[in-house]
Amino acid sequence: MSGSTRPVFEAARAEGRAALVGYLPAGFPDVPGSVDAMRTMVENGCDVIEVGLPYSDPVMDGPTIQRAAQTALEGGVRTADVLRTVEAVAATGAKVVVMTYWNPVERYGVERFAADLASAGGSGLITPDLVPDEASEWVAAADKHDLDKIFLVAPSSTDERLAMTTAACRGFVYATAVMGVTGARESTSSLAEPLVARVREVTDLPIGVGLGVSTGDQAADVGRYADGVIVGSAFVRRLLDAGDDRRTGLESLAALTRELADGVRRAR
Amino acid sequence: MSALPDESGHFGRFGGRMMPEALMAALDELTAAWQDAMADPGFTGELERMLREYAGTPSLLYDATKLSEVAGARILLKREDLNHTGAHKIRNVLGQALLTKRMGKTRVIAETGAGQHGVATATACAYLGLDCVVYMGEVDTERQALNVARMHLLGAEVVAVKSGSRTLKDAINEAIRDWVTNVDHTAYVFGTAAGPHPFPAMVRDFVRGIGDETREQSMELLGRLPDAVVACVGGGSNAIGMFETFIDEPSVRLYGFEAGGEGVDTLRHAATIWQHDTGVLHGARTYVLQDEDGQTVESHSISAGLDYPGVGPEHAWLAETGRAEYRPITDARAMDAMALLSRTEGIIPAIESAHAVAGAMDLAEELGPDAVIVVNLSGRGDKDMGTAIEWFGLGATRPDGTAGAGPDEAAGEGSGEVQL
Repeated sequence: MSGSTRPVFEAARAEGRAALVGYLPAGFPDVPGSVDAMRTMVENGCDVIEVGLPYSDPVMDGPTIQRAAQTALEGGVRTADVLRTVEAVAATGAKVVVMTYWNPVERYGVERFAADLASAGGSGLITPDLVPDEASEWVAAADKHDLDKIFLVAPSSTDERLAMTTAACRGFVYATAVMGVTGARESTSSLAEPLVARVREVTDLPIGVGLGVSTGDQAADVGRYADGVIVGSAFVRRLLDAGDDRRTGLESLAALTRELADGVRRAR
Repeated sequence: MSALPDESGHFGRFGGRMMPEALMAALDELTAAWQDAMADPGFTGELERMLREYAGTPSLLYDATKLSEVAGARILLKREDLNHTGAHKIRNVLGQALLTKRMGKTRVIAETGAGQHGVATATACAYLGLDCVVYMGEVDTERQALNVARMHLLGAEVVAVKSGSRTLKDAINEAIRDWVTNVDHTAYVFGTAAGPHPFPAMVRDFVRGIGDETREQSMELLGRLPDAVVACVGGGSNAIGMFETFIDEPSVRLYGFEAGGEGVDTLRHAATIWQHDTGVLHGARTYVLQDEDGQTVESHSISAGLDYPGVGPEHAWLAETGRAEYRPITDARAMDAMALLSRTEGIIPAIESAHAVAGAMDLAEELGPDAVIVVNLSGRGDKDMGTAIEWFGLGATRPDGTAGAGPDEAAGEGSGEVQL
């Protein structure tokens, strides 16, 4: 029922476009609200959904995602809720991965998390603060449960580390386009394209580019050279701006998804 | 010499680099630069000169005869409180700041809880001509306005962190975010022997003079090593600085005293090792105060310097192997010890260090009158007078104009050791 995300990127490539990957934290604004939001993103053109696991100390996130994660935690979201969210979104047929800092997985039990993620229909895990050097337990559990291992590469990664990291990945490679934390930026980074070129030297895996994309034009720009365009803060921002008006929030989210989905189709 | 950490920065199953890939190159660069510097007599000689001429080390090993009388064993105090800026922390920041210069970086960032590490870093940056930005939780900037002013006077910029619980752990998060963004020209001067490799080992190297001096001074004073060395443990830099020299000396017992806060059965404490939950926080696998889902739990201690929900990975390893023993000391017992040392020896300790003094009183009883116990007096208590005024009710004048309450009148709770 789950399976790797890789075919999604390959299908998009066959259509002459990049895949659109959308992120939202589970439990924001609350658990049912986040499921509705993610379903809306799927209906309007997201190929892969990243379900964020809210964490108390998110060192890779800028203010927008921090605020959403904090709201979710204050609302009492639990790790089990995140897995339920995965299940609900995977039921739409879209591929779903979880993006999480490492400590909650370790606390839940790495093997148990992998088993429960797989049975919820999740495809794998993006691990922003776990590098392959430290990931032997996760790699074993992921392989056992047929899950994608999506590690990050950065503009500062050495060629040696790019080779080592991509060799440990399954599904796709997450390339961080900027040196910095998550959050929308005015223009796309000049560091992203050279990074993608360097990654292509060492792997055939699809490459998703994230950090900073918020508009259709930016998505088109990144989609020229990347296999996937990853968008997070811009989606969160739409929900934050709508406040308690959930209906407006979902409409705004749908409009942004359509704009970005159009962007990745304009790319090539 | 301790063979740990291993090449990948692990102390047994603890430590490592649980950090974003974006920082891996910088951590490798720092590791190489630190190892290169420590092997270069030009660097170590200059650091040694700065520590001696500027920071005032070696610090005294003081024979605390009056405290010893009360305790029932011989207690020696390693007077790190007499160093420039009033704590052991100057050793660490001078080392890291000099390394920053050597690496050709011009900008320093640091986190601070109560402000002591921030003040020390601002001091080193003023001395060495580096730009300095200190991240401090908004709650702490309000509680510690005087230290904010000190940092300003020293030329540092202080950023009030408004995210999360707005305290030390969030200041570290924000400093890491800055570092990820500005890593090409910025050094992160970390305040304790925690975080990702190489910080636990590097900070240890810079502060281990505490133990090295203690060994030499003990041989001079006693003709032998002490029976026990004790220190307070928050992140654990002063303790590791004292312990490291003695790890391979089986005759010397190592004791760390954590902040027991309002009691380890109340949830309002910072006794991370006592709590014994393994986790990952700020780049290392170690013991972490956390809930069932692995979310970090806020710690509590009357002493801001111990108020941290993690602990350095080498301490986790020393605890697990049994080489060092760690015990909690409550707020009340630490405050009693603060008053006791003030009254017996005329030395006002930092509340952090008072935890070690309180622990030494227990040990004196256990080890007996022939025992020699060295207490690392890691900092002075001037910064804690606000807390002391509130706790003891100090400074109030009576209607008849006589002096106000002293600790022996006002300290109602605790062990009663202050009744002299």
